[in-house]
Amino acid sequence: MNEEKPTLEAGSKTGDVSRRNALKGIGATLGATAFAAAISPLRNLAKDVSPEEFFQKHYQELDDDEKTRVIERLEAEARSEYGAEVQIRDHRPIPGTRFVYAINLSLCNGNGKCVEACHQENNHDRATNQSYIRVLEMPNGTMDMEQGNTTYDHAVPAKGKFYLPVQCQQCDEPPCTDVCPVQATWKEDDGIVVVDYNWCIGCRYCEAACPYHARRFNWEKPVVPADDVNPDQGYLSNRIRPQGVVEKCHFCLHRTREGRLPACLEACPTGARVFGNILDPDSDIRWILENKRVFVLKEELGTKPSFFYFFDK
Amino acid sequence: MADGSPTHEPRHLISYPRFLLRSLSIATDGSFAFYAWMTALTAVALVGANAWANQVTQGMITTGMTDHVSWGLYIANFTFFVGVAAGGVMMVIPAYLYHDEEMHDVVIVGELLAIAAIVVCLLFVTVDLGRPDRFWHLIPGLGRFNFPVSMLTWDVIVLNVYLLLNLHVCGYLLYMRFLGKPPNPRWYVPFVMLSIVWAISIHTVTAFLYCGLGGRPFWNSAVLAPRFLASAFVSGPAFIIVTMLALRRFAGIRIPTGPIQTLVRIIRVTILISLLMLVSEIFTEFYSGGAHTASARYLFLGLHGHDALVPWIWTAVAMTVLAAVLFLTPAALKQRRILILACILAFVGGWIEKGMGLIIPGFVPSTLHEIVEYTPSLVEWKISAGIWAFGLMVYTIALKFAIPVLQRARSDEG
Repeated sequence: MNEEKPTLEAGSKTGDVSRRNALKGIGATLGATAFAAAISPLRNLAKDVSPEEFFQKHYQELDDDEKTRVIERLEAEARSEYGAEVQIRDHRPIPGTRFVYAINLSLCNGNGKCVEACHQENNHDRATNQSYIRVLEMPNGTMDMEQGNTTYDHAVPAKGKFYLPVQCQQCDEPPCTDVCPVQATWKEDDGIVVVDYNWCIGCRYCEAACPYHARRFNWEKPVVPADDVNPDQGYLSNRIRPQGVVEKCHFCLHRTREGRLPACLEACPTGARVFGNILDPDSDIRWILENKRVFVLKEELGTKPSFFYFFDK
Repeated sequence: MADGSPTHEPRHLISYPRFLLRSLSIATDGSFAFYAWMTALTAVALVGANAWANQVTQGMITTGMTDHVSWGLYIANFTFFVGVAAGGVMMVIPAYLYHDEEMHDVVIVGELLAIAAIVVCLLFVTVDLGRPDRFWHLIPGLGRFNFPVSMLTWDVIVLNVYLLLNLHVCGYLLYMRFLGKPPNPRWYVPFVMLSIVWAISIHTVTAFLYCGLGGRPFWNSAVLAPRFLASAFVSGPAFIIVTMLALRRFAGIRIPTGPIQTLVRIIRVTILISLLMLVSEIFTEFYSGGAHTASARYLFLGLHGHDALVPWIWTAVAMTVLAAVLFLTPAALKQRRILILACILAFVGGWIEKGMGLIIPGFVPSTLHEIVEYTPSLVEWKISAGIWAFGLMVYTIALKFAIPVLQRARSDEG
């Protein structure tokens, strides 16, 4: 190709230059057409993402009017895409509240009702049986999670085993929020780490950073039958998540910020779960933290969980 | 790009677009083999683009990734190609710091590789996003840029600035060539010096993405950043050597032997440093034992019957060791074919070790010690191949832009 010795200084050569340029033009047009055809599936995405959704601001920058409009839009989407009438509200932290969870491992028997309750309450994808809680079945005599098993399928409690439910630990030093490049996840004043599902870009750096496997990614659009949709929803909690974003346990803030208890606690038949406001000196959770020998998972990482465990026999 | 040259030539607004047009015209002229090469690359890139469009529409369920292994082939490739981009600096240092004149003549081959490799990196990050439509959230000023806390924002900055630095240096030199004027060192040498520091920074920051995560013991190692750099200074120069030999063979450009010898000498050292650091990591993991070695055991030996990565990593180790032996045998390297083989072994060995061998074990076992294995899906392979092809297209066109500069090397030589 080099016999012509192309040089930058030379002016255009006469002759077949124009024919060559015409051929190049045809080539470029063909290439561009083929590219347009190759990426044409993106039209479906463009249909799904309205201009209002595309330009929506970060949750913390929305004023009240904007929030109202966003929520109306999301409710309309739930109607058109899932056939469900839902009420989405924007629950804010209650001043003077700091939520803390504790689990009595002597009582937990691994029945998994918390896992199911989370699945229903939070409108998780039905086919994948998604939930924010995983329960490890551990042999007595060790705290080494490598000995644990999350896929046990037999009558519980099994002899010689104990059960360790793990969900978001709502860390005071959350590695997941630090790594987020766009501040789509943050810790609120009552201690709950939340995600703005409409701001997350889906890079999954938070999922890599979390030491507790607490985060989930929506690998596809969640499927929930209309009758099964929990209509009582929060913007930062259990509304049906879009495809391609990260989600996590939010201590059922659409319930707990209204003075109710998390769904996993209400579902627990053993009474192993204790939830409350640590700033309230008369709360059960406060009594447990003051009187039981509680521990946290992976304390050496310095994440300072708001989630405690204890044995009482 | 290079628009800020001295003011006594005020017609840049006209001559710069003319330069770009002229360059584009030259860069798209070529032999039948050139058109065949570009057409083949275009075809692969289009397959990748189509696979990506489907992935975005249907969701990343089309990949092999899961909540347990939440990064895969894309981030593995991203990590490796940051190293390739940084590796270009191993031509810049001899050329500008040690005033190696022969290297100076061909240094643009390395600078252009940096440009193509950064483009590849940015594409690999983009295809890994679950919501590429929200890309603007990451643009400082428009979105919410979590700087300086998130290491990913540091990476966005250093990669883009490195791209701009190299675009400026290459663009300026070519433009001056077009104007027929000697380049003014004031307008490019400071940027070249900055790009040397910057090359180190892009790979250091990329290592910090991983080694800053306390919950992933396999990555949480202080040696990761230096190890990244050492392996980058193997794979980058290896790619450049092969490129220069290809330019000599297919484009008829007379590449002096000096620069190739210099790069061989560099690889001879860096490949040993790279192996030494790998051995240090392996020793620390296996001699001390304990739970944090689970990932390393999974990678090298398999864990509880799960061993998907074992063949990969031993292939990588074998290739790297063989390449090291070849590089340390000057007599063998005198044969062009052996030199090319050694470069390919070093490059592919590094790609496996720093790609799949580094990213995947970070997730296996998971943070709750569950073992879920990962195999890239067909969609991931298609998209990755598409990005590689696009990167090669960018590099080919960029090299054709640079042929006039490289031909100066020939005339000076002759």
